[in-house]
Amino acid sequence: MAERSFKNEIEKLRLGEGDEFSGEGILAVTKALLQAGVAYIGGYQGSPISHLIDVFNDAQDLLGEMGIHFESSANEATAAAMLAASINYPLRGAVAWKSTVGTNVASDALANIASAGVRGGVLIIVGEDYGEGSSIMQERTHAFAMKSQMWLLDPRPNLQCITDMAENGFELSEASHTPVMMQMRVRACHVYGTFKAKSNRRPAFTVSDALDAPTRQLDRIILPPFNYEHEAEKVHARWPAAVQFIESRHLNEFIVGEADDIGIIVTGGLYNNLNRALELTGCADVFGNTRLPIYVMNVVYPVVDNEVIGFCRGKRAVLIVEEGQPDYLEQNINTILRRNDVQTRIAGKDVLSLSGEYTVRVIEKGVRAFLAAWAPQLSAEVGRSSPGADGGDAVAQQLADAIPVRPSGLCTGCPERPFFSAMKLLEREVGPLQASMDIGCHSFATLDPFNIGNTITGYGLGPASASALMIPHRKRALSVMGDGGFWHNGLTTGVGNAVENQHDGVIVIVDNGYSAATGGQWIPSSRAEAEQRRYRIPLADVVRAVGVRWVKQVRTYDIRRSLQALRQAMTTRTKGPKVIIADGECQLNRQRRIKPQIRARIDAGKRHVRERFGVDPETCTGDHSCIRLSGCPSLTIKDNPDPLRSDPVAHVVDSCVGCGVCGEVAHAAVLCPSFYRADILFNPTAWDRVLHQVRTRIITSLRRGFERPRARESGQSP
Amino acid sequence: MNDERPKPISVAILAMGGQGGGVLSDWLVKAGERAGFIAQSTSVPGVAQRTGATVYYLEFFPRAQAAQAGKAPVLALMPVPQDVDIVVAGELIEAGRAIVRGFVTPGRTAVITSDHRDYAISERMAMGDGRADAAHILRVVEQRAARFVCFDMDAAAQQCASAISAVLLGAIAGSGVLPVARNHFEDAIRGSGIAVEGNLRGFASGFDRASHGAAQIRPEPRATTPATPANAAAEKLIERIKAGFPEATWATLSEAVRRLVDYQDVPYAEEYLERVATILKVDESRRGEDPGYRLTETTARHLALWMTYEDAIRVADLKIRSRRIERVREEVRARPNQIVYVTEFMHPRVQEICDVLPAMLGRAIMDNRVPRAILGLFCRKGRRVTTNTVRGFLLLCAIAGLRRWRRYSLRYETEGGHIQSWLSTINTLAGSDYDLAVEVARCQQLVKGYGDTHTRGMSSFRRIMAALNRVRQLEEPAALIAELRQAALADERGEHLDQALSRVGGPRPVTGSKPGFQAA
Repeated sequence: MAERSFKNEIEKLRLGEGDEFSGEGILAVTKALLQAGVAYIGGYQGSPISHLIDVFNDAQDLLGEMGIHFESSANEATAAAMLAASINYPLRGAVAWKSTVGTNVASDALANIASAGVRGGVLIIVGEDYGEGSSIMQERTHAFAMKSQMWLLDPRPNLQCITDMAENGFELSEASHTPVMMQMRVRACHVYGTFKAKSNRRPAFTVSDALDAPTRQLDRIILPPFNYEHEAEKVHARWPAAVQFIESRHLNEFIVGEADDIGIIVTGGLYNNLNRALELTGCADVFGNTRLPIYVMNVVYPVVDNEVIGFCRGKRAVLIVEEGQPDYLEQNINTILRRNDVQTRIAGKDVLSLSGEYTVRVIEKGVRAFLAAWAPQLSAEVGRSSPGADGGDAVAQQLADAIPVRPSGLCTGCPERPFFSAMKLLEREVGPLQASMDIGCHSFATLDPFNIGNTITGYGLGPASASALMIPHRKRALSVMGDGGFWHNGLTTGVGNAVENQHDGVIVIVDNGYSAATGGQWIPSSRAEAEQRRYRIPLADVVRAVGVRWVKQVRTYDIRRSLQALRQAMTTRTKGPKVIIADGECQLNRQRRIKPQIRARIDAGKRHVRERFGVDPETCTGDHSCIRLSGCPSLTIKDNPDPLRSDPVAHVVDSCVGCGVCGEVAHAAVLCPSFYRADILFNPTAWDRVLHQVRTRIITSLRRGFERPRARESGQSP
Repeated sequence: MNDERPKPISVAILAMGGQGGGVLSDWLVKAGERAGFIAQSTSVPGVAQRTGATVYYLEFFPRAQAAQAGKAPVLALMPVPQDVDIVVAGELIEAGRAIVRGFVTPGRTAVITSDHRDYAISERMAMGDGRADAAHILRVVEQRAARFVCFDMDAAAQQCASAISAVLLGAIAGSGVLPVARNHFEDAIRGSGIAVEGNLRGFASGFDRASHGAAQIRPEPRATTPATPANAAAEKLIERIKAGFPEATWATLSEAVRRLVDYQDVPYAEEYLERVATILKVDESRRGEDPGYRLTETTARHLALWMTYEDAIRVADLKIRSRRIERVREEVRARPNQIVYVTEFMHPRVQEICDVLPAMLGRAIMDNRVPRAILGLFCRKGRRVTTNTVRGFLLLCAIAGLRRWRRYSLRYETEGGHIQSWLSTINTLAGSDYDLAVEVARCQQLVKGYGDTHTRGMSSFRRIMAALNRVRQLEEPAALIAELRQAALADERGEHLDQALSRVGGPRPVTGSKPGFQAA
């Protein structure tokens, strides 16, 4: 669970037969699962599918009513392993995660379940984080489908199509005893649209039913000889069954076009972009009426040979629009055509780019090149692409140099910032540090203004990725991971491993109380209270329990202490890993929680002190050391009010949450006296008022006394 | 291509994470639906949510046309370069980014943008002025846009206590670029149920500005910055300036003497004018070099800054002024009569304390280990002083009161020496190389800040001065000095300066023992 509330979304999950659902793609899938009679759901949060987990987390009532078991899993491997419940029982199960990173973590469990096969339908929703806005390495989930023989759906990014495919996915899984993955690109997850809802269906078979009458089938166990049998079963039974199902249900679509000797094969997810590209060339209209026939593969694996042959036969050339690399589909389709002696030429990555997102302009360029090669007459008709279509002309390129990049960074008041300030101060003392970083908000410490960290290897793998470096040395190696990564796997891969191997290095665990980067979900060490879950498990206890001898917990906002702890960790004689728990609640979530509380307090007439920081422009000299050590979004710059100076002065904007880091940095770094903290009183008590009045009177008269001689002095003319 | 074919209206919103781009696209979708459109929006928030730049994309298609065709439109999921009708940007640089990405097609694309700046981290962290050229970007965007609506929407939002997204929505509605009636937009805001009152105010403000006539809305010039307030004694000196100095220098000198009187006293300001007069004399002898008295003006500006160096006395003096407390109240938006306490964060080191002591005493402490260590015990922690409590005020008053004895302080002596040698260098150079003298005068820019920052700046300044004789033997010495100055401002560790100095044949930087921990 999390601090955010998803009430509105849950209302949408309750829509009945014929109602119009309107909302985001990923929420539509969430609804589709309920319509499909799913019995259990799991998953691990991460963009772009966090919403599914968040909404179900908040929908316990609804799920309880329907007899559905839901849990947010410890990681993707847990989520995947959960699907084992469908091996013996006709339970429909669904899990979700970010891919390919999550699929990497899940793949051990997935491979085993795919080998055993499933009785109940299993749907794995993967958020394909590829292309613009992605935060991970660029890979395809497609490879996992092929290697484990699971089926991969890639529906057109249209809510009706997505939800239909989700429901079909369960049936496909049951018909072929195979787990089915459904990939949704980032924009499809976030696309707003509508579809006709159906009533939710209680699961025909529930988890309780399974426990009432446990069954086992020896041949579903992954041991010899069954593992050999599974392999044969995959190829000889499950695959043909899947192909037959896909064909008979028309999961893939054929769109007719007037051209009869060329055509296009496109993966479902790219269909909308393809149609726009064709529109731009004049080969299609906004309603999808096209001059070129199109075969839309809503199921990208397995490939249905008959459909491909049927589409290609008689055509001179076909263009395959398939994003990412390697070009699995192009290879597959080429093989199918060769084996069946179909002489159609396949174009694909030769006219489209080998890597990167297939934007509309990229596809348009490919289509134009394809037409030029295979349909010169049509090519001449459609003319040339509009000028500047590649993105920029001379003016734009010139402007590009003048425009600063705007990388992601830590939020206003982020508790991680002061810790990285401390690390930066440590660097000033001892020179560059070797720091192995992790996935999470703290990844941004690798960017301006901190520039700390040498590698990012994977979620929870910060300490593990420092394994080779944590030898006894004059200047110890550091590693950083978040509490999210810690619970995901870092406890064993990082801390446990470091203890057993007596790593002589420093492990920093950033304890912000949430899986913050994925949307602020609660994790076991969160300071949360919830009915059906257990939280508040102290990280320090856990770390000690696995054998760490040197553990220091510091409040991150106390930069001096953090710096001290870092120095000690780097120099202590204690053997084994030195663990610093950098403790500070995620400000984004904290504000989410306390803002309404504060508003209520003030409205109720209770005393409240709002703290915020500021900079005196008269004393600021415009060096911006403070910004280089902090980088807080609310610590910015403005024109220098001093006419003799031109460098902008530092300035704190009103979004400041008064976290105190500005003052701490000024102190710890011996920076400058320009920072001030303003304590703004709401609903002061009578005592506050009296005290303030007395103070003001005394100060006013003191000031008069102080300024009088000065006025005289300046008045003197020699 | 056949332009008669029905096409969706496409809208790209370029926003920064946390700016409310998602809310804005939700409102647009709802308003569009109410007005009879099929609306689709997409985005790739992800990590960009955290202050990064991101794009929201929407398409609107008339429901009636779809019904007529009996088919749903196929809408794209991303903005296509040279195929966007409306670009909305919540900040000026983001409007520029829209051009870089090819979203603004001349003669077609309307641009609705706020012209306020939210500085990127690279601009904020620069050691000097690293800001992008906003005026240039504004010009390019305006030239490109088929319709241009641009004003400070951030200020408007603050005035209305609304989100900037509400002002943007108002500006979209008011500009009429989207065929949706005003009430539909307002209903969308009401429908979201969050901060409705404030957002409707923000909407109305944006609507009014954007619908104000058919003319394009241009940003207004910003108000000029305020100077040091007038002061009777300084004004008398200013009369003398007008009699004895060329007009080109009046503005700088007037500001300077006001500042010096405010900093110390009238004799100090007079001393300043005498120093400037010596430079003026050389400048006059080189009259043909620059009729604008560039050397005098530049030196005067930097001399004033140097002579008003920031010591503890100056800081305390500025902190206790009533004008300052008023400014703080304004900045934190305190209501009239609301109680506001102001706490200062000071961390003086032994050096700063000795700076304000009488020169002999200060030097004695700095030169001897024991007293330095004793004083050091009191300087380990930063101090917090609440200025508007009696105790805090008295403490700051006491420090500010040391002003009377500033001329006897250690720092005064040290700075005086530096200033004198800098001035005589300028004086000497001016006779032979006017441009070089100006560049040397400008080097004072490096000496600023407090503590380590000041030490670093001073060290850069001295290293450049030390290289001066070598630089004079090379070609274009003035340009070289300017280059060295830029290098000194390029990074904190002085790496750029090291490289630049080695290029002019300077000495290798002094390297201490290799930093690192002692083995345990």
